[in-house]
Amino acid sequence: MMPGSAPLPRRAAAAGRWGCRLLPLLWGLLLLLSGPSGASEITFELPDNAKQCFYEDITQGTKCTLEFQVITGGHYDVDCRLEDPDGQVLYKEMKKQYDSFTFTASRNGTYKFCFSNEFSTFTHKTVYFDFQVGEDPPLFPSENRVSALTQMESACVSIHEALKSVIDYQTHFRLREAQGRSRAEDLNTRVAYWSVGEALILLVVSIGQVFLLKSFFSDKRTTTTRVGS
Amino acid sequence: MATELGTRVVGTPPGLSLGRGMRAFLLLLWFAARGDALYFHIGETEKKCFIEEIPDETMVIGNYRTQLYDKQREEYQPATPGLGMFVEVKDPEDKVILARQYGSEGRFTFTSHTPGEHQICLHSNSTKFSLFAGGMLRVHLDIQVGEHANDYAEIAAKDKLSELQLRVRQLVEQVEQIQKEQNYQRWREERFRQTSESTNQRVLWWSILQTLILVAIGVWQMRHLKSFFEAKKLV
Repeated sequence: MMPGSAPLPRRAAAAGRWGCRLLPLLWGLLLLLSGPSGASEITFELPDNAKQCFYEDITQGTKCTLEFQVITGGHYDVDCRLEDPDGQVLYKEMKKQYDSFTFTASRNGTYKFCFSNEFSTFTHKTVYFDFQVGEDPPLFPSENRVSALTQMESACVSIHEALKSVIDYQTHFRLREAQGRSRAEDLNTRVAYWSVGEALILLVVSIGQVFLLKSFFSDKRTTTTRVGS
Repeated sequence: MATELGTRVVGTPPGLSLGRGMRAFLLLLWFAARGDALYFHIGETEKKCFIEEIPDETMVIGNYRTQLYDKQREEYQPATPGLGMFVEVKDPEDKVILARQYGSEGRFTFTSHTPGEHQICLHSNSTKFSLFAGGMLRVHLDIQVGEHANDYAEIAAKDKLSELQLRVRQLVEQVEQIQKEQNYQRWREERFRQTSESTNQRVLWWSILQTLILVAIGVWQMRHLKSFFEAKKLV
């Protein structure tokens, strides 16, 4: 019998009676008290000459990470700007393809970050960003347990963390592949248009040359005698 | 085929039904807790689209909450109940799999049946242009994909899992998500390879064709000019 399994029957009975009602309530309460946490991962389209801003309320002392990458469009770059509640700029980069920025919130308030495509006239971009605020919410509402985790449970926790980083790497790989594929498809269409265009230009120019040359010799009769003598 | 799942009911175990008031309170609590999610501003007739590139058989849950700027109080207040958001989800083949209108607070769910880029578009259903009073609508949005969309408290209650069993269940779900994503990755890499090979073929054929055209044109030019000059008695 595993250590830590003793409270199980008691918990099962409690869950049967009260847990079904209280468990989600406790969970909700804990989330409310612990403040905002978790990650927001969003991919959106940024039209040309447009700016898109996102806001989040963060409590003081929370460690946050903003990571972004441009997936499709133009030169695959975008302007990014992160401001704290006072308007002070924490991070500002122009025409970046991808970047990651970690900061600790120095005060409570609404933090704002904006992506701008105002420098581009006709290409709209697809931007991915991942804004991680604090830690992910724990799996159990009763995470305030004083006793340490059992070996099995801590093994589970470390596997969970490792899998989270695997998923993170997978996401990055997927974005890179999407970017590469977007470039390859652009290249393919460009090659198609260019070959057809060049064939036409070649024909037009060479036929035009011949007729132009012929026109030099056609109307002026005087030149023929000069050439002859 | 019912691909649209609509709003998801807050999980209640069988044999024990929560009262309506209790459920509403829970939902409110849930939103209050999640309400500090990321938010952005949307114009009156503006349509905001988000892209989710997901493998097949993946569940996506989106939650949103709207607030309208109240000029008198000079702050954002929860929007009037009449103001709703229209949510439209398109699959990679541009076929609409979810097109529904929700209230000022809503939750939409869909499961992908083909892998690829799904597009989630939101716009407000307001027809009166003066409703926003020149301001913007604030939308709190939270989109959870795959394993993150699972409600573990509900799963634990439904299957009566112990702590350890729930943790292992979470690991299993995560690994399944990784597996699906890698499968999808293999399919995408194949498409990428096909595009590259097509480009390669096109460049190869074009160079051969170009050489032939040049040679043919050159020959035609010389012949034509020679006959022209012979006719003019210059040669």
